[in-house]
Parts: sequence; C-alpha cells; structure tokens
Amino acid sequence: MTTATTTPNSAAKQSSGAPVIQMIGVSKWYTPEFQVLDACSTSVQKGEVVVVCGPSGSGKSTLIKCVNALEPFQQGDIFVEGVQVNDRATNLPKLRSRIGMVFQNFELFPHLTIMENLTLAQRKVLKRGKDEADAKARKLLQRVGLSDQAPKYPGQLSGGQQQRVAIARALAMDPVAMLFDEPTSALDPEMVSEVLDVMVELAREGMTMMVVTHEMGFARKVANRVIFMDKGAIVEDVPTEEFFGSPRSERAQLFLSKILSH
Amino acid sequence: MFSNFDFQVIIDALPYLFLQGMVFTLKLTLLAAIFGTIFGTVLALMRLSGVWPLPQIAGAYVNFVRSLPLLLVIFWFFFLVPFIAQKMVGSPRPIPIDPFLTALITFSLFEAVFFSEIMRAGIQSLPKGQVAAGYALGLSYTQVMRRIVLPQAFRNMLPVLLTQTIVLFQDTSLVYVLSLNDFLGIAGKIGQRDGRLTEMYIFAALVYFLISFAASQAVRRLQAHTAIIR
Ligand SMILES: Nc1ncnc2c1ncn2[C@@H]1O[C@H](COP(=O)(O)OP(=O)(O)O)[C@@H](O)[C@H]1O
Ligand SMILES: [Mg+2]
Repeated sequence: MTTATTTPNSAAKQSSGAPVIQMIGVSKWYTPEFQVLDACSTSVQKGEVVVVCGPSGSGKSTLIKCVNALEPFQQGDIFVEGVQVNDRATNLPKLRSRIGMVFQNFELFPHLTIMENLTLAQRKVLKRGKDEADAKARKLLQRVGLSDQAPKYPGQLSGGQQQRVAIARALAMDPVAMLFDEPTSALDPEMVSEVLDVMVELAREGMTMMVVTHEMGFARKVANRVIFMDKGAIVEDVPTEEFFGSPRSERAQLFLSKILSH
Repeated sequence: MFSNFDFQVIIDALPYLFLQGMVFTLKLTLLAAIFGTIFGTVLALMRLSGVWPLPQIAGAYVNFVRSLPLLLVIFWFFFLVPFIAQKMVGSPRPIPIDPFLTALITFSLFEAVFFSEIMRAGIQSLPKGQVAAGYALGLSYTQVMRRIVLPQAFRNMLPVLLTQTIVLFQDTSLVYVLSLNDFLGIAGKIGQRDGRLTEMYIFAALVYFLISFAASQAVRRLQAHTAIIR
C-alpha cells in the first residue's frame, strides 16, 4: 500500500478474523454440459473492497449472486459471517437482509414511491416501525443527495438518480456487506460519476464491498484486490497495484488493454 | 315486419328489465370477475411455482375447463349440484341451491381459467430482476408476490382483465337457459308473455352492444393512460 487513497481500507484489511464473505471451491452448472462456475475460491475481509472483472459471460454476475443465494450452486461452500449460505437449514431471508445488492438495471419497484422503496423491506423484514423506517430512509436519501425525491416514483428519476436510490435502499437494511453487479453499465456516460462517487465514499467509510465493474478508475482508487474471471474460473485474485502492474496472466493483460483503450 | 314495432312494450318493461334484470347481470358479472381473478391468480401462482405437483394440478384444471363448452358447465352445475349435495348430506331429495349462487360459482370457476392465463402472462412479463431485488432485500416468497409481483402484474394487465370482464358480461346471458331473471332472461319472458319477442330481443341486443362498446372504449382510454405512466 503506497498511495494515500487506499489507506482507510488497508487498516481494515489487516484486521484479522473471520472473513465477511468466504467462498470455497464453488462450482455451478446450468446444464450437465454447461459449467458456469469452476471451483471459485476467494474471501472478502471486513472493510475490504474487491473488484471483480472479466469478459462478458465469464460468470461474474453468477458468482456474486451465489453469495446471497439468488443462484444455487452444486459444489463448494459459501459462508457469510460464518453462516453457511448453501445449508438447507439457513434462514435465507435473514441472511439476504444482511447483504445489500445493487443491480445493473437498478430494479427499483416502479409501483412504489422512492420512500416506499426504501422502507418496504425495513418494515416487512426488519420489522421497524414507520417512523424509524422513514427516518432511516430520509437520512440515506440525503446521503446520496436525493432528499427532495422521496415522494416521486422511480420512473420520474434519471438512471443515475435511480441507481443512487437503489444503493440507499440496500443501505437502509444496515448490511454487513454490499454486492454490486455492474452498477454503472446501464447508465448514460454523464451519470456514471455520480454513482461512482457514492460508491467511493461508501468504500472509504469502510463498507465491505464486492463490486463487479469495468470501471478501472474506481478499482484503482478504492479496491484492495482485483479478481479477474475467465470462463467461469477465477484466473487472478491479487492486490490492486499488482493487477495493474505486472506480471499477470495473458488473458487479464489482453482484457485490460481492451478496457483501458476505450 | 317493423311496421307494427311496439315501443310501448319496451317502455313498460324498462323498470323490470333494468332494476331487476340488469342489476342481476351486473352483480353476477362483477362478483364472478372478482372471484375469478382471485382464483385465477391462485392458479397462475400454482402454475409458476415449480413445486410439484402444483403446476400439474393447475395446468390440468385449466386445460380441462378450457375444453368444455360453458353452456354444458352451467347445466351440470345447475342440475347436478343439488344431487351431489343430496348425496353429501344424505337428504331424501335433491337440495335446491340458490340459482344466483349456482351461477356465480359456475362463472367464477370457469372464468378463473381465463383470468389465470392473463395473470400468468402479467407475472411472466415482469423483469426477472424485480423478484431478485425483492429476495435480495430479505423478503419472503409471499412478501415478494404480494408486495412486488402481483401489484405490478395486476396493474399492467388491468386493461386485459377488464376486456375479459366485458366478455364475461356477455357470457352471463347464458343463464337464460336456467330461466333465471338476468337481463336477457327477463327480456325473453316479457317478449313471450306479450307476444313481442322481436321488440324485446332487438332491444336487448342494443343494450348489450351499447354497454359493451362503451366499456371497451373506456378500457382503451385507460390503456392509453397507463401506457403513458409506465
Ligand atoms: N439462467 C441461465 N441459464 C443458462 N445459462 C445462463 C443463465 N444465466 C447466465 N447464463 C450463462 O452463464 C454464463 C455466465 O453468465 P453471467 O454470470 O451473467 O456472466 P457475466 O456477468 O460475467 O457477464 C453466460 O454464458 C450466460 O449466458
Ligand atoms: Mg453480468
């Protein structure tokens, strides 16, 4: 760690203890012939930011959806704060409520107001009262700079605003970790930075994050590690500066040169 | 043929036709639409559940009912249910069932099949990510369905559900075969009594047409309106 920007996280990273997310040899098949994940192992410590990149179709979305059991897998184990995700006895709704997830297409609920989007799960899952949930929602809307949008519907907001609401919605559950699946790739270019700014701030505050993204600027700025995936396998899992320096795998090199030349 | 068209016979029959006949028809239509939508939604959820044997049961029901003529189902219910009830309670003679209730149950069970196909299409047309987002927040299956999926599916499909209700409105006239006092039934009875079947049936056709047409136009307006909102 040499750059000042990574300092807040490097402190957290060194805190030893059980990882927030641990994957051990996770394999998944969509059909007996088509293996989408091939023995993926990695872990994310408390306060760590891990960027996942790789060519389209390499299994990045599938991998992070396995973390909160949105996708089942056939082999291996995943633990979130020591709780086994792939154990039949695990209370999945409870486990999922502790992991925030942000999707490529925002997935706000279009029939609910912004306020209702932020309070629905707080009330139904965490059983918070209306006042508490509303207060939490307002605080988070303010944090993502959208205080005045509470009574509107998602369709009335720009893409960048919707994605910031989606981040606030996930944060309202007080998650121990946040998963991002290409949070900026559905956005118009001029809206990318407003979302990345929120994510950078979140990372610097010490949030544990696993981020699928091709925004290498974001990776350089806040990621502790970069995971490179290809054909369902984790090809590289290295500290950020090592990933952008050398040496590294040929596939990753090729991928980086393509991404960075854009 | 129309030289002696008797308007007076229609005018005299108006209160009876509307206050009793049309009220019966509309009550039957609305209640059957509501129960049909509820039962249809249950069938749709069963079909999409992927939990053996729920999809098979719902699918078999839908396919079975769809291959029966409605008129036959109405006859069945009307004539068989009293005998079934008799068997069930061990009564010495068939138990008469309120004809309105019989008609309501018949139409609800029959129309549920069409409403279920509409709701199924509505549920399937939602982006998969909506369900994933609900689960990711920790909501249960029931909560995801109740709070996220069904409200959107229902809202998106409302114009189609209403169009099906207009079809149902027309179909309810089939209860005339049971001599019930729905709109068409009353028109027929008065026509028979006064020897004015031509007048009464032409008038009945006109009323069914006007109501259905006006309702269709209203649905079209609603559709345009919701299309803008989304
Ligand atoms: N539900 C599915 N059924 C079958 N194949 C799928 C399904 N979802 C994704 N895939 C395939 O799995 C591979 C990995 O997909 P994904 O994890 O979305 O990749 P990435 O996010 O890296 O682009 C792709 O080849 C994709 O076509
Ligand atoms: Mg993806």
